[in-house]
Amino acid sequence: MLCDICAKKEATVHLTEIVNDQVTKLNLCEDCAREKGAQMEEHFGLSELLAGLTDIGTTVEPEVAITTKCPNCGLTYQNFRKIGRLGCGECYEIFKKELGPLLKRIHGSDRHVGKIPLKGGKTIKDTRTLQDLKMRLEKAIQTEEFEEAAKLRDKIRDLEQKAKPREN
Amino acid sequence: MRIDDFLRHDSEWLKGTGPNSDIVMSSRTRLARNIDKLAFSHWADKKQQETILTAALDAAESVNYLKDALFIRLKDLSEVDRAFLVERHLISLEHAKDVEFKALIVDPKEIISIMVNEEDHLRMQVLQSGFNLMEAWRIIDALDTELSKKLSFAYFVKWGYLTACPTNTGTGLRGSIMLHLPALVFTGQISKILQATAKLGLNIRGLYGEGTEASGNLFQVSNQVSLGRTEEDIIDNIERIINQIIAREEATRRNLLAKNRDALVDRVWRAYGTLKSAHIITSNETIALLSAIRLGVDLGVVKNLDRRMVNELLILTQPAHLQKLEGKVLNSNERDMKRAELIRERLK
Repeated sequence: MLCDICAKKEATVHLTEIVNDQVTKLNLCEDCAREKGAQMEEHFGLSELLAGLTDIGTTVEPEVAITTKCPNCGLTYQNFRKIGRLGCGECYEIFKKELGPLLKRIHGSDRHVGKIPLKGGKTIKDTRTLQDLKMRLEKAIQTEEFEEAAKLRDKIRDLEQKAKPREN
Repeated sequence: MRIDDFLRHDSEWLKGTGPNSDIVMSSRTRLARNIDKLAFSHWADKKQQETILTAALDAAESVNYLKDALFIRLKDLSEVDRAFLVERHLISLEHAKDVEFKALIVDPKEIISIMVNEEDHLRMQVLQSGFNLMEAWRIIDALDTELSKKLSFAYFVKWGYLTACPTNTGTGLRGSIMLHLPALVFTGQISKILQATAKLGLNIRGLYGEGTEASGNLFQVSNQVSLGRTEEDIIDNIERIINQIIAREEATRRNLLAKNRDALVDRVWRAYGTLKSAHIITSNETIALLSAIRLGVDLGVVKNLDRRMVNELLILTQPAHLQKLEGKVLNSNERDMKRAELIRERLK
């Protein structure tokens, strides 16, 4: 689809305006859209898009989250919404309630299944197996496969028993 | 070794070799990593940025893959030199700005490079000629493992590697393929391909220019999602879709040759004629004409040139490369003349 204004470039911005119940649709290329209004421009930045994502479904955000500061780097959730970037690895822990749904929206998943670093790798592998088993257990209970559920429960118990002495 | 030496050899992505190199120019993998506990580069103060830089450079020095590598502080380079590295795809445009605490580590073959203090502490990249994404993943995986023996990376069991931007969280992996798709552009099929690819979770954009306006018919395809899939899955998904695009481009090329041979040949030789005789030429026009010639070479219409020579012209005619060749700063008009002169010389 070509841009409604210049009729040269591909339209990538689709604008719907409702003025006095009249709906107008505009299909614009990025250049023309940018010219159309300075206020349009802010919608293009990744940080604004991300900030937009964080709003969906959570219209009433807890005040605490907005003002909480990461003790490691000093970033607030407000800072994050403004710049679209986190301040350090610890921020993920501090803002995990807000970030979980956001990661799910971006990636369609909020669970890492990829590479495990060398340092602490063994513990991480065990934790991941444990998570897997717990998920399977939940499913087995839901589908009323109690025999399977009992087996899974025992495996989980075993693994948790093994993990304890190492922690001490 | 100095960066000027790069002028005397071809970048990996321009070698014109490797699987499917008539359509796939290069395969690239990128990993984003951050050192545990330290603020991400964009949020770190000067002292912290210096700490990150020192830690990263110290760790890299002990990695076998990087034993002959060049360690460059970007503040020590001129603006032209930094633009030169951007044109060679060794650093991002972002990395060439606010350079005080930024660095580049690059091996002499330009296969492995690491940007230090870009958005994340480390942005590692591996480039391979042609369609070789899995190999590019294997190399970067090994490099990452080596580095992780010296550096403790920010990592959550649930969310994987932690990055400044949540769009990179998880694997921190971006795999990308650079494609030359002239037949799909000529026949107007490209917009459909662009739409379909986007729906399959891949991002596609022009290498020079944007969307369907991409000049030189060069496109970059990469994964959007970095969390919830294994690295091999991400790579495999890209490869499957790229295979489809390659098959489509090949079929369209055969079709064009069978049904529109005269028009195609005319287009190729007109491009050749213009490049051979122009006295003033812009970078954009050069890129577009070289695309037609590349297609001519691939289809056996042009026999006195090979892919490597076409690729070499593509990079040498970029603004910073021209200025490095001339050894001085040139304004835009001077560059357009020098560019034309260089091309005439090479096509003699």
